[in-house]
Amino acid sequence: MNLISSIVTLSLIYATPIIITALGGLYSERSGIVNIALEGIMVIGAFVAATFTPLNEAALGGWTPWIAILLGALAGGLYSLIHAFVSIDLQANQVISGTALNMLAIGISVYFCQIFFNQQRTQTFSRGFVKTNVPLFSKIPIIGDLFFKRMYYTFYLALLLVIVTAFILRKTRFGLRLRASGEHPSAVDSLGVSVRKMRYTGVLISGLLAGLSGGIMVLTQATQFTAGSIHGVGFISLAALIFGRWNAWGVLGAGVFFGFSQIFAIFSKDIPILAKVPAEIFHALPYILTIIAILLFSRRSAGPKAAGELYDVSKR
Amino acid sequence: MLKKRSHLTLSLIAILLSFVVASVVMLISGISPLSFFLSLIRTMTGMNLRAIGKEGFFNARYLGEFIQMAMPIILTGLSVGFAFRTGLFNIGAEGQVIMGSVGAVAVGILFKLPFYIHLPLAIFVAALCGALWGWIPGYFKAKFGVHEVVVTIMMNYTALYLGNFIIKALPGSDNQKTVKLAATSLLHSKFLRQLTGNSRLHWGFIVVIIALFVYHFIIEKTTFGYELRAVGFNKDAAEYGGIKVSSRIAYSMAIAGAFAGLAGAMLTLGTFDYGRVIGTFENYGFDGIAVALLGGNTAFGIFFGGLLFGGLKSSQTLMQASGIPLEIAIIVSALIILFVAMKNGIDLVFEWMDARKRSKDESH
Repeated sequence: MNLISSIVTLSLIYATPIIITALGGLYSERSGIVNIALEGIMVIGAFVAATFTPLNEAALGGWTPWIAILLGALAGGLYSLIHAFVSIDLQANQVISGTALNMLAIGISVYFCQIFFNQQRTQTFSRGFVKTNVPLFSKIPIIGDLFFKRMYYTFYLALLLVIVTAFILRKTRFGLRLRASGEHPSAVDSLGVSVRKMRYTGVLISGLLAGLSGGIMVLTQATQFTAGSIHGVGFISLAALIFGRWNAWGVLGAGVFFGFSQIFAIFSKDIPILAKVPAEIFHALPYILTIIAILLFSRRSAGPKAAGELYDVSKR
Repeated sequence: MLKKRSHLTLSLIAILLSFVVASVVMLISGISPLSFFLSLIRTMTGMNLRAIGKEGFFNARYLGEFIQMAMPIILTGLSVGFAFRTGLFNIGAEGQVIMGSVGAVAVGILFKLPFYIHLPLAIFVAALCGALWGWIPGYFKAKFGVHEVVVTIMMNYTALYLGNFIIKALPGSDNQKTVKLAATSLLHSKFLRQLTGNSRLHWGFIVVIIALFVYHFIIEKTTFGYELRAVGFNKDAAEYGGIKVSSRIAYSMAIAGAFAGLAGAMLTLGTFDYGRVIGTFENYGFDGIAVALLGGNTAFGIFFGGLLFGGLKSSQTLMQASGIPLEIAIIVSALIILFVAMKNGIDLVFEWMDARKRSKDESH
């Protein structure tokens, strides 16, 4: 029971940034803009949050990580506007723009680590988020052990964001317009709604969420920011988005599954049958599964139809 | 009247703009852009402009290091460029480089052969492994219509972990690296090393030159290359014209992968003499994207683009020595990709300037 509850808890902790970033990707892709810069945006968010924390934790105490991830989200949002401008206004190839921003994020963040801290990483912080037993809920037998003991509150934030996103995309006028921009932009335009504005909003939300998620990741899983802090979780999130079939609840499921496969490598050492399987196989698992999922879904595509396509009003 | 600006002009503007922005970043953070440019020049020419007429003005070692660094980048540039010509985006060069490296290492360690068989075999297997890693997403695209970008991204990470697994599993490996490869499988050259002040320059440049000619020949001079380009221009028209589009897509990705696999051979058989467990990507594939974009997907352009990126990557040691964070080179590389992608924007600025000039002329 102990092993199982710690596997579940850790899976959810590792799933948190994957879920939040994938939700970000959902907004962007639903609006019609492919955003493979999610990884880079997370790097920026993580860098900002991990720079703010050690410099302010003495003064701000327990509030520090919350303010830090908020700043990370803002930085991510600002950074994503480059992608929006380049791909919406200048009509650049969205994949190329994303690739450039992923590289730039590592360059900028480690560069400024060197400037601020004279090393290729940020100064270590004494504590990021703290694992807590949720009052009342943790007393529930079994469920309390699995979901409410030694958890970060950020997981519940991710859960909340899933619910909010599912609601916004399905039940609100904004959500309908956003989705329509990614499916059938000329229809949106003919109703007098600006496709450009919808897409800018989609990309901006993706930046805010990915930045937030980068901050959460570094403050829950590390003690400082390095070039390897995000190590491909942005791309796993992209995979979770595809695996979850561009749907908020699907993203939650896929995120938890990929979180589980990430920590599986750690726990497999304690499970006799799995101890012989090399850790690299578990690390590669999310990516291999995603390729398989893409192949299985290929017959009935679930993604937004016009994602990645330019929308040129003059060609309507 | 709309003037069509040449790709060369746009590339030069993109390079210029990224140097300007990087200089601003350096100025803001209290680093002298001058030292950055001097480091870059010293790396790419061997000349230390701070010591004109003095001892140590010229050091061939920098030149040798610069050329050996440019080799794999030119090859990944060819890889990405080849796929671009068929309208495919090969983000997977990164993983194909890794698989190529692993293939070369395995041949170098597992076989005992005379050098005239061993070395060509190692290079061939590297190209083959890269080609396989490129063919898979190409085949998936051709057969199931899935987009190559997502599949190749996932395959990069698969390659990273699979590669590390194989490297560790080879006989004699520890958790960091393999044993030394058999000398008969290496591209090393005592002669070139001595010529360049003990740099790591190796015979790989011959492979690179052959690859450049092969690229040019396939793309420009063969029916096959014509068909590939036709697919890149307009898939439907190509299909209508009797070209088997799906098989061309798979072949194109395989050939692109082979070029990247060769880049892996340059690293393991030339730069190093052992296989390495790598913690994260080394950006050779991503630099290849920049190089292909910069060079307009021509062999000639990719050659020069590769030299520039080789220079940037190689100058990092000198920058670090003179107190410049070496990440500025990554910033410049990324900005070049971004500005090349913004070519529509650059065009717009030009049009606007033209229009202003014209209206001024008219008002006179």
